[in-house]
Amino acid sequence: MQEMVIEERRADVPLIISSNRTTERTMDVKVATKNVDAFFGKTQALHGISLDVPRNTVVAIIGPSGCGKSTFLRCLNRMHEVAGGTRTGTIMVDGDDIDHYDPVVLRRRVGMVFQKPNPFPTMSIFDNVAAGLRLNGMVKKNTLSETVERSLRQAALFDEVKDILDRSGVSLSGGQQQRLCIARALAVDPEVILMDEPASALDPIATAKIEELIQALKKNYTIIIVTHNMQQAARVSDETAFFYLGELIEFDETDRLFTSPQKKQTEDYITGRFG
Amino acid sequence: MRMPNSKRYYWRKSKNIVMTVLCLLSVLIAVIPLFLIFSYALSQGIGALNLDFFTKMPKPVGESGGGMANALVGTAILIGLGSLFGLPISIFTGIYLAEYGENPFAKTVRFLTDVLSGIPSIVVGVVAYIMVVLPMKQFSAFAGGVALGILMIPTATRTTEEMIRLVPHSFREAALALGIPRWRVTLRIVLPTALKGITTGILLAIARAAGETAPLLFTALGNRFWSTDIGHPIASLTVFIYDYAKAPFEDWNRQAWAAAFVLIFFIFIINLIFRFVTRGRYAGNGH
Ligand SMILES: Nc1ncnc2c1ncn2[C@@H]1O[C@H](COP(=O)(O)OP(=O)(O)OP(=O)(O)O)[C@@H](O)[C@H]1O
Ligand SMILES: [Mg+2]
Repeated sequence: MQEMVIEERRADVPLIISSNRTTERTMDVKVATKNVDAFFGKTQALHGISLDVPRNTVVAIIGPSGCGKSTFLRCLNRMHEVAGGTRTGTIMVDGDDIDHYDPVVLRRRVGMVFQKPNPFPTMSIFDNVAAGLRLNGMVKKNTLSETVERSLRQAALFDEVKDILDRSGVSLSGGQQQRLCIARALAVDPEVILMDEPASALDPIATAKIEELIQALKKNYTIIIVTHNMQQAARVSDETAFFYLGELIEFDETDRLFTSPQKKQTEDYITGRFG
Repeated sequence: MRMPNSKRYYWRKSKNIVMTVLCLLSVLIAVIPLFLIFSYALSQGIGALNLDFFTKMPKPVGESGGGMANALVGTAILIGLGSLFGLPISIFTGIYLAEYGENPFAKTVRFLTDVLSGIPSIVVGVVAYIMVVLPMKQFSAFAGGVALGILMIPTATRTTEEMIRLVPHSFREAALALGIPRWRVTLRIVLPTALKGITTGILLAIARAAGETAPLLFTALGNRFWSTDIGHPIASLTVFIYDYAKAPFEDWNRQAWAAAFVLIFFIFIINLIFRFVTRGRYAGNGH
């Protein structure tokens, strides 16, 4: 049964889906990049990346080490330039060019979760989650604890920490720390969340929790996740982009990219022939 | 694979032992003077170490007993003034060098700080004399504070810079990615993370300043009477030691040793705190 359905989709879908996709794209694109080149000094890390991320979807970025996944992600919230990199091409969030934003404002709309959990070591669990709001002067006292609780719940961490909110953030386990970082990112109420291998430092159970979380967050957020783990990409994402040597090789619905890749490089990568 | 009991292995092992013994020996030789000074100051000064020594004023020449209460308070005031003048500049310079410090201007500042740390303290005393004492036509605690403040700058600046550099980059990125402006990231995330190290580094700078004598001879001068007026000469531990050690009275000499012991002990404690606080920084949280 299952097989047949997939076969059927494969057989007649291309036309329909692609027309669907274009209408969907033009109507509801959350993040759009066009001809993005990124550089570290003279070395070019990204070559003309054009990619549209639909609203309320999870887009996975896969590709071999050093192919520019992190660089691409860091372009989207202008963290690339913090490390001294430069970029050309346009990136739009909701149709607004991010170069016209104050990066500080942009980063409140486009949040980020890093590979290594990095809670602020001098702050309690509560203060970690509250940090973004407090230090942005975005908060009134009486709503702060509500926001912190909501964010911790969204990050599926509240029940584990509700009695130890004043304990140091670094006293948690690695997986809890990572969910704390997710809660911290959610607290400033972003629209897009960038995740750079958020589960690579975690054990399978913690990883499963994070993946569940991503699925749940999709309802309210647009998520772009870099992962080395193709099963993970297949499990959590709606669409997948394959990067190779700084270029976007293929971008498609996750199911199709993994079952019938259009490009030889993609096929080689997902079948484990290189990378 | 070579078997571990080959000749070469024993040769390597004996070399290892010889080096270890040499290192231990050097450490011992380095520690002996410290130990000697400590024990000698204590043995010579113990007769004068009593409660009166800390709470009473110096007695007039010829009378025995009395204490150095004014010198203790004077040193505290001088250190306070020195910190007031020296530390804010140092901390802000340190932050600047650590966070924005890769341009030619910052490199020059860093170089000058290093030069300053190599200038003999007596020269700094003369500078403070020319800049403060001469225009005010008065030796004063204020002038002493200026001299000590200048002397604190190199240590305080460089430790602040180094401690801030020790803060892992990931915290800065995490904060920036939350949309926190850069200056706030520095003040509210980076600085608190480095605070322990900075505080103890500053204590070290204070300890060094507390041990200075030469610059005070040109500035705070010394005072046998009770004074807390920063516009007038003020007593200090080190000048007290200087005066009492060269005096021809035996009980004064004893008191000089006692004061020396107190000073060494104070500096020793501060260094101990520094070691204790800075050991194993960030160990265990994986960054
Ligand atoms: N700070 C930097 N300075 C110079 N070159 C850099 C820097 N960071 C990354 N690069 C280069 O840019 C390219 C892309 O790096 P990037 O970190 O985006 O790769 P990635 O796909 O995230 O790899 P990984 O899967 O290992 O994390 C690499 O060739 C890398 O050498
Ligand atoms: Mg990466």
